[in-house]
Amino acid sequence: MSDATYPEDLRYHEEHDWARIEGEQATFGITWYAQDSLGEVVFFDPPEVGATIQKDSSYAEVESVKAVSDVIAPMSGEVVEVNEALVDAPERVNEDPYGEGWLVKVRLSHPEESAALLGVEEYRKLLDS
Amino acid sequence: MTRYTSATPDDRQEMLDAIGVSSVDELFEQIPEPLRLGRPLALPDGTSEAEVYERLAGLASRNADAEEQVCFVGAGMYDHYVPAIVDAITSRSEFLTPYTPYQPEISQGGLQVMFEFQTAMSELTGLPVSNAGLYEGPSSVASAGYLAMGATKRKRFVVSRGVHPHSRETLRTYSVGYGAEVVEVGLEGGLTDAVALAEAVDGETAAVFLQSPNFLGGVEDVEALGSAAKEHGALLVVACDPMTLGVLKPPGECGADIALGEGQPLGNRLDFGGPSFGFFCATEAQIRRMPGRIAGETEDLDGRRGFVLALQTREQHIRREKATNNICTAQALNALGAMVHLAWLGRQGFRELGELLLQRTAYARERLAAVDGVELLHDAPVAREFAVRLEAPVEKVLDRVAERGIAAGYPLGREYPEFEDGLLIAITERRTKAQIDELAEALGAAIAAEREGVAV
Amino acid sequence: MALTETPMQAEKARTIFEKSKAGRRAAALPDVEVPEKPLAELIPEKLLRSEAPRLPEIAEPEIVRHYNRLSRRNFDLDTGLYPLGSCTMKHNPRLNERVAALPGHARLHPAQDPRRAQGALELMWLLQESLSEICGLPHVSLQPSAGSHGELAGLLLTRAYHADRGEQRTKVLAPDTSHGTNPASVTMAGYEVVKVATNERGGVEMDDLRAKLADNEGEVACLMLTNPNTLGVFDENIAEIASLIHEAGGTLYYDGANLNAVMGHSRPGDMGFDIVHVNLHKSFSQPHGGGGPGAGPIAVSDRIEPYLPKPQVVRREGSNGHGPSFDLDFERPKSIGRLRGFQGNFGVFVRSYAYILSLGGDGLEEASETAVLNANYLKARLAEGRAGERLPIAFDRHCMHEFVLSGKPMKRELGLATLDLAKRLLDFGFHPPTVYFPLLVDEALMVEPTETETKESLDAFAEAVEKILAEAEDHPDLAKNAPYTTPVRRLDEVKATRQPVVRQQLG
Repeated sequence: MSDATYPEDLRYHEEHDWARIEGEQATFGITWYAQDSLGEVVFFDPPEVGATIQKDSSYAEVESVKAVSDVIAPMSGEVVEVNEALVDAPERVNEDPYGEGWLVKVRLSHPEESAALLGVEEYRKLLDS
Repeated sequence: MTRYTSATPDDRQEMLDAIGVSSVDELFEQIPEPLRLGRPLALPDGTSEAEVYERLAGLASRNADAEEQVCFVGAGMYDHYVPAIVDAITSRSEFLTPYTPYQPEISQGGLQVMFEFQTAMSELTGLPVSNAGLYEGPSSVASAGYLAMGATKRKRFVVSRGVHPHSRETLRTYSVGYGAEVVEVGLEGGLTDAVALAEAVDGETAAVFLQSPNFLGGVEDVEALGSAAKEHGALLVVACDPMTLGVLKPPGECGADIALGEGQPLGNRLDFGGPSFGFFCATEAQIRRMPGRIAGETEDLDGRRGFVLALQTREQHIRREKATNNICTAQALNALGAMVHLAWLGRQGFRELGELLLQRTAYARERLAAVDGVELLHDAPVAREFAVRLEAPVEKVLDRVAERGIAAGYPLGREYPEFEDGLLIAITERRTKAQIDELAEALGAAIAAEREGVAV
Repeated sequence: MALTETPMQAEKARTIFEKSKAGRRAAALPDVEVPEKPLAELIPEKLLRSEAPRLPEIAEPEIVRHYNRLSRRNFDLDTGLYPLGSCTMKHNPRLNERVAALPGHARLHPAQDPRRAQGALELMWLLQESLSEICGLPHVSLQPSAGSHGELAGLLLTRAYHADRGEQRTKVLAPDTSHGTNPASVTMAGYEVVKVATNERGGVEMDDLRAKLADNEGEVACLMLTNPNTLGVFDENIAEIASLIHEAGGTLYYDGANLNAVMGHSRPGDMGFDIVHVNLHKSFSQPHGGGGPGAGPIAVSDRIEPYLPKPQVVRREGSNGHGPSFDLDFERPKSIGRLRGFQGNFGVFVRSYAYILSLGGDGLEEASETAVLNANYLKARLAEGRAGERLPIAFDRHCMHEFVLSGKPMKRELGLATLDLAKRLLDFGFHPPTVYFPLLVDEALMVEPTETETKESLDAFAEAVEKILAEAEDHPDLAKNAPYTTPVRRLDEVKATRQPVVRQQLG
């Protein structure tokens, strides 16, 4: 398992989710801290492509052997792609939470919501507190 | 009197001293005074083992059991011969007295039995995923309804009237809770009315429920009936009698998404209705929606093969209000009995037993149909149970036949007002040709006596 | 730590299917006896199975050996202490097995005419009466098959009760310490769970309860409680809780998992509960069977009675010099209906009734006393020495029949998780307590010794815990890699769940 990392270019949600915003679209995933607390991920239950997801609400579930965790949407929008590779290799969420372990890609309905998300320094502070 | 406890007065004193209280009463002081019972329970005082035995043996002697009556009653539970090794193995402390295998390192015996049981039930039903067992048959049907609602996001069930009345009723009871509608489809000539079924299934239907052999004994064409479910994206749930699966086409080969049923015929006693177990098998697509425990194969840290409870995140102790079911019982001991019975029968024996049931049932059906005052209720194919009509009040005929030490069958009027004159007769390997002949003779005599108004 | 493999570890796990060899068999079946016909004349060809299912082919001696050997790969209550919290692992008297196996019980068909099953119905009625007295509630249904089945029944009864009064309520309250079955049952019964907080004494947080009742005015159908609760403490506010719920129009449900603490001392009915389930496999000695069977009868108050499942066992007074008789009553127009087939787990009823007869009212009372004494004694022993420091009690007060420790300091100071302690206990020949429950307590260990354990076995358990904590000071890895002596060592649960293999591929 990787060491704790929190990339500079991401926006963070206090429920330990990240968003990589590229114009009108964003990629979502869970942070290093989230995957570490959950333990080895054994299953990802994705939303359907086309589903509308709401900022601060659960849009998917990730499971370890003895825990289920709701994944909270950092921003609102419509799911345009889910990471199908996680069906067979959910461990990628642990191994590479910001790369191959991404969860969904979303067309943002309210790009301005990014203002409410945390920068990396703020998120680190949240983890330290 | 025994309390099955060991604490002597000295022990008690030492323990109280260690706790730092002067009496046990002090420990109970956390219960507010007005809520303490303050009187002895109004139950008899404890008594000796010998007296308890006599008391219960006395009660038992007032039941007409299958040892004293020749039992042709089925209706979901059957008087099969349970081989002696089943008792020997299920009464071993190591299987009888542990809890659910929460600590797999010291529960490999039980977990491996679950794995073997799942393998056997998958093989019998022709479906790839089996759980380790549920309470019993009818509540398994209701659990399939809950699964189907989750899988389809729909809330309507279409149920054949050939499904066991207790299963239909249990499904209805549960449906009031989870807010589903239950629609019943009637029978035609002893089998599910295919036209009515096709009409009843629609795009809102979560599941279609069939049973084969059905409650009247008729072997259904599950594949043909099930096409209505497939067309509308509903799950096909098939209840079946495991003892017939050596000869009848398995539900998994007939398009069933879920095959389930009452497991009692496999290695379990009649026990006046329980405990037994329910089996529950499904397609791969449903594995994460399955109710109950599931054992899975894995390795230990030295690479040894071992077994654990798998996919636990489905279950109540982790997923709580979002669990796939609230059940945490696997009826593990009853499932063990089934597994041992199946191993004892073996591949050849299981098939032979199925064929024996078919042959003797066919004989009995023909033999009884030839009796004056008895006619077949339907002529659909049957496997181990069949229905007849009597030209005399059924309950009275049953009383007369009981006088001769025979429990002739199950009076259909109890559950089917349309078959007030119906009698359901079940065959097991314990019902010999001589007993069948005697049943025919006794029924004939009883009907004749009823017609002539002879006093009992 | 390098240990040589034990013989049991060296023996590779092989399933009965892998021991199969074509042509072997055990069963000797009776002859068909009747004239045989081709199968296809009896059943249309397309409904017949083409090939016999691939069940094992193996002779009886090897079947016996296979399952005997497998049985030795289990730990069981008859071998040693099994202090699994909330599970009440008390002795299973063999008398109960003997009477359950009498043909009059074991070979009685469930559809037998009630007139020819009078002994069975009387036994059920007597058990109903006994449970009614123990619970302090007038009516009992034996039908539910387990505790969780009883919970579902209780919630469906609540729904029927409110529906009958023209009310539709949507919420069920449950404490955050509740058993997982409670919220799961709530959802199955079509309600939504509202969590209620726990106070510093381990009971219901009254302010939170009042707030939740106010927030959901007219919506609360029921409050589900365990008392003593899952922390092993009696909620002394129960009378006030009951009146708050009743004023709000809800029912109060008692999860009977912990009834073993209070039999003959305090009754749920007297505490104000409307519906109680009783786990016959806990308080009333039915063996757990490695995960069933059990039974979860329910006892209810007068106002809930009309809705009880059917059939109900009833006693009818005799006339013309005949004694009373017993029957199954199906004429219950307001009943929620059936929850399962036939009359319930009768074999379990026989065992539990035999247990009640053996102990009697006086014995049940004493059993609860000894259970509470044993729990408090073990708690005191574990408050000494290293355990007292590393494994403090979560709520420091007298407990009832069980108590909860927190492994938080142990984890912080020794790097040992509760799971590691549990696994190391296996090497000492003990079944560990319930771990990681209730969720409210960090690194929880929930200990329930029951009344049937000796002082010596409790002492031995406390000493084992002490030893494990002592060895961990110098060799923390010892526990982290435990167990060493069990048939297999720690198993890879991740593998089992990522790519589940739930049956054997048959060749």
